[in-house]
Amino acid sequence: MESFSPKLHLPILIFGVAAPFVIPGVTIQIAVLWVMVLFALTWDILGGQMGYNSLGNILFFGSGMYISAVVQVSMFADVAEYTASSGAVDFKYTDAQYFWGLGLGVIAAGIGSAVLAAAIGWTMFGLRGPYFAIGTLGIALTAGELMGTWSWVGAGGGLAMPVFPGSADGKSMMFYFLCFFAAIATYLFCSWLYSTRFGLAINAIRDDEQKAEAMGIHTLRYKTIAWSAAAFFLGISGALFGNITGFVEPLEVAFPVATFGIFMVAMSLLGGKGTLWGPILGAILFHFLKEFTWTYFLGWQWVALGVLIIVNVVFFQQGIMGWLMDKFPERFGIVVDKKEAAE
Amino acid sequence: MWDNISILTAAPVFNIQLILDGLFIGATFALAAYGLALVWGVMNVKNLAQGDFVITGGYIAWWLGKQGIHPLWGMPISIVVMFGFGWLVYITIIRRVIDKDLFTSLLATFGLAIVMAQALNLMFGPEVQTAESDYAVRSYFNNSVTVADIKLIAFALCGVLAVVVVLFMKNSRMGQAIRATAQDPRAARVMGIDTDKVYAFTYALNAAICGAAGALISMIWVIQPFYGIGHAIRAFVIVTAAGFGNLPGVILAGLGLGVMEQYGGFVLGAEFQQATVVGLLVAVLIWRQIEMRRHRQVVQ
Amino acid sequence: MTDTPVIELNGVSKSFGGVVANHSISLKVPGGGITGLIGPNGSGKTTLFNSIVGYHPIDEGSIRFKGQEISDYRVPQIARLGLLRTFQQTRIYSNMNCIDNMLISIPHRKLGFRDMFKNRGDKATMEEVDRLLDFVGLYEKRRLISGDLSFGQQKLLEFAMALMNRPEVLLLDEPTAGINPTLINGLIDRLRRANEELGITLFVIEHNMRVIMNMAQSIYCLAHGELLAHGTPDEIQNDQRVIDAYLGAH
Repeated sequence: MESFSPKLHLPILIFGVAAPFVIPGVTIQIAVLWVMVLFALTWDILGGQMGYNSLGNILFFGSGMYISAVVQVSMFADVAEYTASSGAVDFKYTDAQYFWGLGLGVIAAGIGSAVLAAAIGWTMFGLRGPYFAIGTLGIALTAGELMGTWSWVGAGGGLAMPVFPGSADGKSMMFYFLCFFAAIATYLFCSWLYSTRFGLAINAIRDDEQKAEAMGIHTLRYKTIAWSAAAFFLGISGALFGNITGFVEPLEVAFPVATFGIFMVAMSLLGGKGTLWGPILGAILFHFLKEFTWTYFLGWQWVALGVLIIVNVVFFQQGIMGWLMDKFPERFGIVVDKKEAAE
Repeated sequence: MWDNISILTAAPVFNIQLILDGLFIGATFALAAYGLALVWGVMNVKNLAQGDFVITGGYIAWWLGKQGIHPLWGMPISIVVMFGFGWLVYITIIRRVIDKDLFTSLLATFGLAIVMAQALNLMFGPEVQTAESDYAVRSYFNNSVTVADIKLIAFALCGVLAVVVVLFMKNSRMGQAIRATAQDPRAARVMGIDTDKVYAFTYALNAAICGAAGALISMIWVIQPFYGIGHAIRAFVIVTAAGFGNLPGVILAGLGLGVMEQYGGFVLGAEFQQATVVGLLVAVLIWRQIEMRRHRQVVQ
Repeated sequence: MTDTPVIELNGVSKSFGGVVANHSISLKVPGGGITGLIGPNGSGKTTLFNSIVGYHPIDEGSIRFKGQEISDYRVPQIARLGLLRTFQQTRIYSNMNCIDNMLISIPHRKLGFRDMFKNRGDKATMEEVDRLLDFVGLYEKRRLISGDLSFGQQKLLEFAMALMNRPEVLLLDEPTAGINPTLINGLIDRLRRANEELGITLFVIEHNMRVIMNMAQSIYCLAHGELLAHGTPDEIQNDQRVIDAYLGAH
């Protein structure tokens, strides 16, 4: 695990804590930045470290959002009645009900998504390479459509999250810090995970899965746990994001395959997949680029996004970290050792 | 759901309607899937923009239709335009990812898919469109089965196109070069085949086939800028189920998928039509998984 | 060295489509020794290895490892029993450095859930890694990305990884192929030491006759998918059928 480095970690920590007070106007945008960091980090567990490129990880974001919504609503109302009224009836709830619901909802979102990942993993991990990417893409697309037909959770109309009992500033402040903590927790988790034997095992699967099997590694077990871990954090991010938006809708908010779903991949690639800091770097760069330039494209921003992905993939595949590693290998510990200690 | 099944058993003639509709639409799926099998088999490029090629072909026919050109005449134009477009895409993108790992081509074409879908959306708007062919709709079996003439024409055209492509691959110089390159690119290069040109042609041919399929789909069904990804998934399901060297398999799987989708849509409700496709994909994958487990192997 | 066979094949057949790769092969690999498997190209040696370690199902026959039927086990299960193979085309984890390659090659037999999240290597494991890398002569290159090593070095690394796994039996598919002739003696010496000092039973496919005749106590010869001869190196060298098979195939 990386030890605390004042040069590297401190500025980010200071920025994260101070941002909502210094620049309160963009609290939500920066909260989304932390969600993006979480996205890229969790995608890279499979995509970069294990070599399983999922195009459907957004599934667990959406599942987390729905699980949390259902848990939160069920604290004070019958879910079917709540969705059927679609906001016409003013359901009453206390502050305690809201916060308990939120807490339980976020935890349930994480656990539920992790369980879902384990279940789907059984089928999907039989697939290698591009088959895996397409299979996961198909599942994420279908999930959105199926949720759109399920009237218990509001079908295509979606369902509204319980409203935060307090000021709008209070709400954005609270969720900002929840997102920030979630991103930090994900970072710490990944940093720890990659330092363990588990990290080595998933790297081995990435480099040569057949060899890993021939050496007796429990590949399916590692793969399932890795995906579940990614799904756990994604589920939590979904729960938080749903509450920030205040409204859960299947296609655009919960399962945005072609936007958030592809952002995760693009960010990891941009920063350099298979490294701890690459996805973080990519997420920050991507998010700032997007926030600053988005409005200047006059409707063509999605086209620009697609072009960015193509250019990234075609011309700059190794990403920023990969490029640095090629350029300065000795900085990353790739050196010839003098023969000293050996007998 | 059970109500719908009982309709099918009580009035068997409905089955005919569903099967016919399924076959007509399935023929266009098979066409697009054959194009995918071609680039997949020859160049090992998994083209996720396949569906958006189809939809773009559809929009070309539809737009020409609005300018007063009959969409059936729009089809050859769509084929030519898409051929050129495919060549352009090869030169700008595909050529650079062809020798990289497979996820690269997948992701690059996914990026392309996003670009195309969004561009279509900006140009033509998000509404669902159909190119009007103005042919008669006839009824059969005491008015219980209706078939539009255009569907019959489209079905026949699919067959003609398939035959043309097969003959081309068998007999023309380029077709032979494509097949040689598919078997062993290095040997083909040694024998003096310009593989870069072969790849460009293959990719362009695929785009042209998609253009034709799309033009037909715009006449017999509907198009919408974001429907592309659904068509791409269909093509992948068909090729995965049939294997890419297997043209009869692709045709059968395409027709079968069309029919099953119609049944899925009818029995479960129209909103499940897409879900049926992915459901089938998952089923195919699970089945292969079990099969492979039996053979002490994994899906490669 | 004991006489109980660790690997026992009885009437193993395997065909691909219409091509018979192995036909009714029975052989015994005694524990603690070095057994050779020779035969002309295409005689079915690698297919037999693949059948033993679980790469494909066999059509007929039985494969026993220490008396246990393993012919329907799959690759990782067999590896965890302590039956390991190296590849003809060397396979290592090419984006990882040598140390990591070694650390992940520890035996996975009794690895529980908690062990998955242990530190990469404790002191004892690190010492073993250093010792084995030194044993194959890769100590100085241990922090380099293994994919950047030369082919011969990768082969040595693969061998060290196999030793790290502490297998009972090691199936080696052409260990000297592609290795600089001047290094071959060193490799033979290491294989022998692995056999004697670590007690690993070796079952070796080898084309280099000098190597295999020097190393093995007992040799099996395959030709056209059938077992042609079995005996000591001397017997095999003087067996007219073996000589014919090699001359006929070349």
